[in-house]
Amino acid sequence: MEIEDIHKNVKILIGGIPYNVDEAEFMKPGKGRAIYRLKLRNLVNGSTADRTYHSGEKVEEAHTTNFEGQYLYQEGEHYVFMNTETFEQLLIDEKLLGNKKDFLKESMVVSILMMADQPIDITLPTFVELKVKVVESGVAPKRATITPQTKSAVMETGYAMAVPAFVKEGDVIKVDTRTGGYVERVGTKK
Amino acid sequence: MREADRNRLIRLKPNLQRRALIYEFTRAFFIEQGFLEVETPIRVPTIAPERHITPFASDSWFLSTSPELHMKRMLAAGYDRLFQVSHCFRSGERGRWHNPEFTMLEWYRVAADYRQVIQDIERLVVALVGKLGFGNQIKYRGQAIDISLPWPRVTVRDAFLQAAGWDPIAQPDPLRFDTDLVTKVLPSFVPSRPTVFMDYPAAMASLARLKPDEARVAERAEVFIGGLELANVYSELRDAREQESRFQETIAQIYLGQGKQIALPQRFLEAIASLPDCGGAALGIDRLVMLLCNVDSIDEVVAFTVDTA
Repeated sequence: MEIEDIHKNVKILIGGIPYNVDEAEFMKPGKGRAIYRLKLRNLVNGSTADRTYHSGEKVEEAHTTNFEGQYLYQEGEHYVFMNTETFEQLLIDEKLLGNKKDFLKESMVVSILMMADQPIDITLPTFVELKVKVVESGVAPKRATITPQTKSAVMETGYAMAVPAFVKEGDVIKVDTRTGGYVERVGTKK
Repeated sequence: MREADRNRLIRLKPNLQRRALIYEFTRAFFIEQGFLEVETPIRVPTIAPERHITPFASDSWFLSTSPELHMKRMLAAGYDRLFQVSHCFRSGERGRWHNPEFTMLEWYRVAADYRQVIQDIERLVVALVGKLGFGNQIKYRGQAIDISLPWPRVTVRDAFLQAAGWDPIAQPDPLRFDTDLVTKVLPSFVPSRPTVFMDYPAAMASLARLKPDEARVAERAEVFIGGLELANVYSELRDAREQESRFQETIAQIYLGQGKQIALPQRFLEAIASLPDCGGAALGIDRLVMLLCNVDSIDEVVAFTVDTA
């Protein structure tokens, strides 16, 4: 496609690697050549890059599609998802998921980004609810402080994080998937 | 009416009110000095060929990219001080600082060169800022800008040598020029002052005359404030043969690069022989309003852009 047709959130290929256009700035000296400054995000590893293009240059569009996939189960180094419309199953390599696997619970629905027939990324819900599997054992620390006491805990997915002192094993807490941080307790063990 | 449309128009009202004040003060500024306000056609049979300005077609004519050619025909007929506020159209120009339809303030004065016209811009901006009650200091996107006169002047050659490490007068390279201008030279301008960037390479003279004592340099300047390219200024070229050969060269470049055939603006070329000594400026009013409303997008100073029209 022509560089003129690039706008925010178009996906392009550079050297076979898909990038999302996070920002596209059109700059042009009055009588001069148009210059397009792009802020790009590598869709495979999340790194960012700046690139400058001139009018008349061409860029390769990355043909991507999105679908809703339900996470079914883990099988070795792969995570198995099901397309909620076609019921087809899809294997995603653990490496591609990175930290996102910390928040994946069976039956959770996520958005899966595909290029040709290859998955390249998943988008999690902003908040997920996770059950607390283990909390830090031992006596609660007796420190004089006005900040809330926290302790470490391990979630049902294996994700280790800090939680407030009052959280118990078996509680369900809400976690922000963008920061990985605790939001609130939504259920407590009877 | 759509909610988003209504909300946008309500939000823009203070900026549009200030825009109207700026128009009122600008007209008063020129009329007090004996300038005549004129109107020239928006739909025109020919335009000044420019390699990097693409016109919109209107049947076999064009939407005007600039009022320059018609205003110079009036100067050639004896008008001595003219100004115009006109809508101009340039295809493909869209971004934070651009809308394909925009408003140009253009003026000419006879018996003047680009130096006097630069002073017109300085006095106009100081007058507008004073009338809006800001004194000599404005704030734009968090940056205090001192607009007291005179504004610093820097030559294209010195600014390029310092910020980009090469001399565009000695080694003309228009394509590299545009990239380095945007990415290296403009960011090097002192942010707390306006900058008059003057003496362009002859290859980028367009409709400006060359310096009598230095033929590699054109008497052309651009004024920048707060990172905004505000105005383009020329000592006007009066040599019809020279102007025609520049147009022919540009027409050939456009044909080679884009395969498009552009006609020469014949009536303009016929008038140049009678053009008096004069200087002129084209100032992007939308950018001036952006500066004086302290907003960083043209979308904040026009009621309807190409995306909301």
